[in-house]
Amino acid sequence: MNQISNEYDSVKDKVRSLLDKQTDSGHHTFRKIKDLVAKHSIAVGGVSVILAVVMIFFYLLYVVFPIFRGAELTQENSYSLSVQKSVIWGMEEYGEVGFRIDHNGDLLYFDAQNGESIESFTLNLLPEESIRAAVYANREDNLLAVGLSSGRVLFVKLAFRISYPEGVRKITPAVEYPYGEDGVELEADSLDNLAVAKNEDFLNLVAVTGSNLQLVRYEFESSFLDDSLELEEIANQTFSSDVKADFVLHDPAGQWLYVVSKSGDMQSFWLEDDELQPNERLKLVKQNTKVTEAKLLLGGTSLMIGDASGVISQWFPVRDDTNTYRLTKIRSFEFSDVAVRTIYPEIRRKGFIAIDDNNQLGIFYTTSHRTVLLESMSAHEDAGEGALTLALNPRGSRMLLANGDALHAYHVDNEHPDLSWSALWSKVWYESYPEPQYTWQSSASTTDFEAKFSLVPLSFGTLKAAFYAMLFAMPLAICGAIFTAYFMAPKMRTMVKPAVEVMEALPTVILGFLAGLWLAPAMEENLPGVFMILMFLPIFIIAFGALWYWLPSSITHRIPDGWQAALLIPVIVLVSYLCLEFSYPVEKAFFNGDMRVWLEEIGINYDQRNSLVVGIAMGFAVIPTIFSIAEDAIFSVPKHLTSGSLALGASPWQTLVRVVLPTASPGIFSAVMIGLGRAVGETMIVLMATGNTPIMEANIFEGMRTLSANIAVEMPESEVGSSHYRVLFLAGFVLFVFTFVFNTLAENVRHRLRKKYGSL
Amino acid sequence: MKHKFFKSGEPWIWFNAGAIAISLVMVLSLLLLIAVRGLSHFWPADVTVYELKQVDGNIAKVMGELYDEEVPKGKDPVEFKQLLLKTGNRDIYGLDFRWIKAKEITSQYQIEDVIVIERREWGNFYGFVDSVSFDGETFLANDGEAFQQAMEDAIGRANDLHKQIRTLEKDDIGSINYDLEQLRLERKRLQLNGQDSPDALAEITAQEQQLKNDFEAFQAKLFSLYEQANRDSISVRSIDDSTLEIRASNIVMAFQPNNLNGLQKLAHYFGKVGEFIFDEPREANTEGGVFPAIFGTVMMVILMSIMVTPFGVVAAVYLHEYAKQGFLTRLIRIAVNNLAGVPSIVYGVFGLGFFVYFLGGSIDDLFYPEAKPAPTFGTSGLLWASITLALLTLPVVIVSTEEGLSRIPKSIREGSLALGATKIETLWRTVLPMASPAMMTGLILAIARAAGEVAPLMLVGVVKLAPTLPLDANAPFIHLERKFMHLGFHIYDVGFQSPNVEAARPLVYATALLLVLVIILLNITAIKIRNRLREKYKSLEQ
Repeated sequence: MNQISNEYDSVKDKVRSLLDKQTDSGHHTFRKIKDLVAKHSIAVGGVSVILAVVMIFFYLLYVVFPIFRGAELTQENSYSLSVQKSVIWGMEEYGEVGFRIDHNGDLLYFDAQNGESIESFTLNLLPEESIRAAVYANREDNLLAVGLSSGRVLFVKLAFRISYPEGVRKITPAVEYPYGEDGVELEADSLDNLAVAKNEDFLNLVAVTGSNLQLVRYEFESSFLDDSLELEEIANQTFSSDVKADFVLHDPAGQWLYVVSKSGDMQSFWLEDDELQPNERLKLVKQNTKVTEAKLLLGGTSLMIGDASGVISQWFPVRDDTNTYRLTKIRSFEFSDVAVRTIYPEIRRKGFIAIDDNNQLGIFYTTSHRTVLLESMSAHEDAGEGALTLALNPRGSRMLLANGDALHAYHVDNEHPDLSWSALWSKVWYESYPEPQYTWQSSASTTDFEAKFSLVPLSFGTLKAAFYAMLFAMPLAICGAIFTAYFMAPKMRTMVKPAVEVMEALPTVILGFLAGLWLAPAMEENLPGVFMILMFLPIFIIAFGALWYWLPSSITHRIPDGWQAALLIPVIVLVSYLCLEFSYPVEKAFFNGDMRVWLEEIGINYDQRNSLVVGIAMGFAVIPTIFSIAEDAIFSVPKHLTSGSLALGASPWQTLVRVVLPTASPGIFSAVMIGLGRAVGETMIVLMATGNTPIMEANIFEGMRTLSANIAVEMPESEVGSSHYRVLFLAGFVLFVFTFVFNTLAENVRHRLRKKYGSL
Repeated sequence: MKHKFFKSGEPWIWFNAGAIAISLVMVLSLLLLIAVRGLSHFWPADVTVYELKQVDGNIAKVMGELYDEEVPKGKDPVEFKQLLLKTGNRDIYGLDFRWIKAKEITSQYQIEDVIVIERREWGNFYGFVDSVSFDGETFLANDGEAFQQAMEDAIGRANDLHKQIRTLEKDDIGSINYDLEQLRLERKRLQLNGQDSPDALAEITAQEQQLKNDFEAFQAKLFSLYEQANRDSISVRSIDDSTLEIRASNIVMAFQPNNLNGLQKLAHYFGKVGEFIFDEPREANTEGGVFPAIFGTVMMVILMSIMVTPFGVVAAVYLHEYAKQGFLTRLIRIAVNNLAGVPSIVYGVFGLGFFVYFLGGSIDDLFYPEAKPAPTFGTSGLLWASITLALLTLPVVIVSTEEGLSRIPKSIREGSLALGATKIETLWRTVLPMASPAMMTGLILAIARAAGEVAPLMLVGVVKLAPTLPLDANAPFIHLERKFMHLGFHIYDVGFQSPNVEAARPLVYATALLLVLVIILLNITAIKIRNRLREKYKSLEQ
């Protein structure tokens, strides 16, 4: 006894001395440090991974956010230069060089940033002539039509030659006369106003002298000597307008001429056979209100009318039922309480800047019906006489505000005025459309095209695809899960579950490829057969069940309970085969031999790659997701609940319906939610199995374009930072939030369910 | 009795059984469809001659492989049956395929010595050989042995030469081009940094000169090889007696399908399968193999695994072992779980915006100013694709690892701690090794998902045809900035964007089969590991 105790003590001492040695040698400290370092580095690593994941959300938001930001004006400089008394003034492309033309024909180019003059020219005027009016014939070419007091019209091109000495942009201004230095001679003695329309083949000149208007139409002739162009007069028409020609506006295509009086009357003319015909007469403003400004928007389709009550309204011709164009008021902007003084349309977008009599400046965008900025510029009033005017460069990035002798240079930050909540999610009345519409059309071949960014057709397509997929997947997946979890023989279950997991792992690109190249044509060929399968399969399955029920037990007992699904496989194959075999006879008997033609006769469009194909293919992708979760939920219903119910005499089916399903229903619900999330975000299947046309038709035989497929198609070619790019990010963000919300909901439900079972 | 059947709920049970049975039938038939179509592509089908009676009473001969038969819906099979033949000879007929009407066929027979020549351009040739010109000598078809030998030699030598030319072009000249480009960038870098002293520039110029000399030597060698390759040719005749001279250099292989016995056909079959897996694509991806796509997929998946495993495991360990369990961790867990359900295209959008344009653009500004304005990392490529997919599969690894960690009984941790081990020692020596199968499962599932994912890759890195592999003999050997090919995208591209869809379709099925096989294999492995893991800890818990 003593010996043992001694031995114990000696071992104890040994261990203690060993431990002491370790402590002394610093091994302990080392281990402690190691533990601490590990703890912190794992914490840092873990938190940073989680942060990285959170970053996805914030990065998407960060890219999307500028869409909804307003514009910003930053004053860069002020200097003294008088432009308000000149006939016309403005800036070139980059907003670096400004110009002004005075009545006596002096043309001054100046540095738009500090007002230093760069170069001055004198236009080709005769001594007694002076300039009465100058308008842009073509904005992009800086081509001006200058009307002189003698009735002569000069075409002056303000040329800005760009060179890059040492990699820095240098702009050298010059003056050119593309159609000769003498211009053209109108018969009128003098002229008050001008309107010009120029396109590739023709040039229309409308001169106003008192109440008389004169249209001269020219054709471009290339000269024999060189490749310069000459103007060949092809029509000359003088007519008068009942409406006083305070504003004369001619669209660049040369089709419409609008004469607007200050009292608010408008007379439009329509060019037919090289002659202007009166089209309609209209009152543009309310009684007792005066029109104070009228301008054409980019493209010349829309007429912007500013009135004395501070309202700016947009009008454009809309084709009515009788197929005639009527100028229609599309939308209006309540700008201010006092009269609108100036409207300055943007040169490359359908937006405009306006200034009212109180020197309040507003930046607007028509299509998105958005007031991007309202800012009072009255601070500049002291410097001059009070009335502000402005000029903008074609890129819309620089603005000059003129006030008496002073010019104020501004930087304009106005990236995405074309997007707004209403442009993305409500009907928008686009130019030359008969009515407001939801349209997604992000690019086209023509240059004066306006991108149409309505997310509604895409969201509709997304939900449509998801709806048909769920319609196909939900019954199969949930019923399958019920059987697998509750009735199936365990041995078969161990075979079925891996099969479903394999199904879940199938790449969607393969499903999409089969759906697009195999299923879609096959289905078109055997359309009645497909519907017959949908109809007859359930009937025959139940019929087989009944047959089995009445079969002598000597046969039925050979197959143990829980193998019904295996028995049904040959039945399903056979029924499907027969349905497809009888497809044509049925088609012949009921659908005149071609169901597709028959459908189109009763007014249903049929696309080969349609929602039915997508529904089946995407349903196939969603089934395993729903199945796995639902099966899990049903299987984990505690056994004592079902045993109790069965012991009380309920049949298995009654137990299932009254006990198992109610308990598992939250789990099934969450399975459906997660399946829906997957269907909404699926890309490759819809990309390959639909025609990808953004239409809004619920028709099962037509395709759709979904948000995700749209991103996959358009993202690679969208310009970084453009409105299009940001809208695509917004689409991604919408998908993210949508699926995240649905999944969280489902996950929460599942979590609660697990807790509940835990307590049972 | 009838009443009882319906009242018992039995029909509903059958109905439910039907649902799972339908799902099973669908999966199996889908796999079967892909397998049958994919595997049959490589079989050397017999070539048959069909004699057709024309409207004018003449007899026209058509020869080809029977590809498909079709009776238009509801039409009489005798009257309207159509046969789709693969007639090849695209350079003569303009198309590879031709529909013929069955009722016009007056007779059909097979000729023994029909030859099928697979060419590098213009697809297959079906016809007969008249003569072979080998080393300037001409052998006629009735020369027997000598003729056979000459033909084999000609094709064999042409293929050898082709291989040499490819090596020369790709490896030697490719590497010189690469070095020249590097020197150009080096010079620009020196200029940008203001270090462009005459000495340094002279050295670069000297190196460039050296490379250019090498280049010219290789060029000369290449020229002579081309000359040699173009020396031999084969005169052939199609069934309608158009004659054609096929250069040996244009021939991949020639065989006589009607002369092959079963075993030879099998050998041919496996040869074709090998070609499919190990060769490069030809003719706009519609012929040849898919090796670059396999290589790209594997490469991307490996890079992704390297990134996703440590981060996923660390995050899971932190969440499960270190973080204080409470509302926040529950929130994070739900969030991570849900990220697995976020559509993959969203990750693609994020990857393009953040990785490619933001990170890549910044890297270019900092490290590759000499290459601007051409982007180096500021464009989609292998690195960004792998990172994007790593992010996409991160939730899978985290969830799976956490599940593994939570299955380890508390007693094991407590035992280790009671023996005086620190927390990290407990983790490193006992917990993590026990959880390693779970991590493996997570990783395999992640790989399976990444290998099949296409949508995000379309935004961040795949291309239909990458000129160079991301791995080659030029330092630094792995080129993370390069674009790559991918099996899944290959399916999409060839199946939907190819100009010759009909001819490409069998290849798409074969590619799909390959992808499905890889993914099923990975998944089954994961399932097996998981099941074994569950069994193991079941015994531990008791």
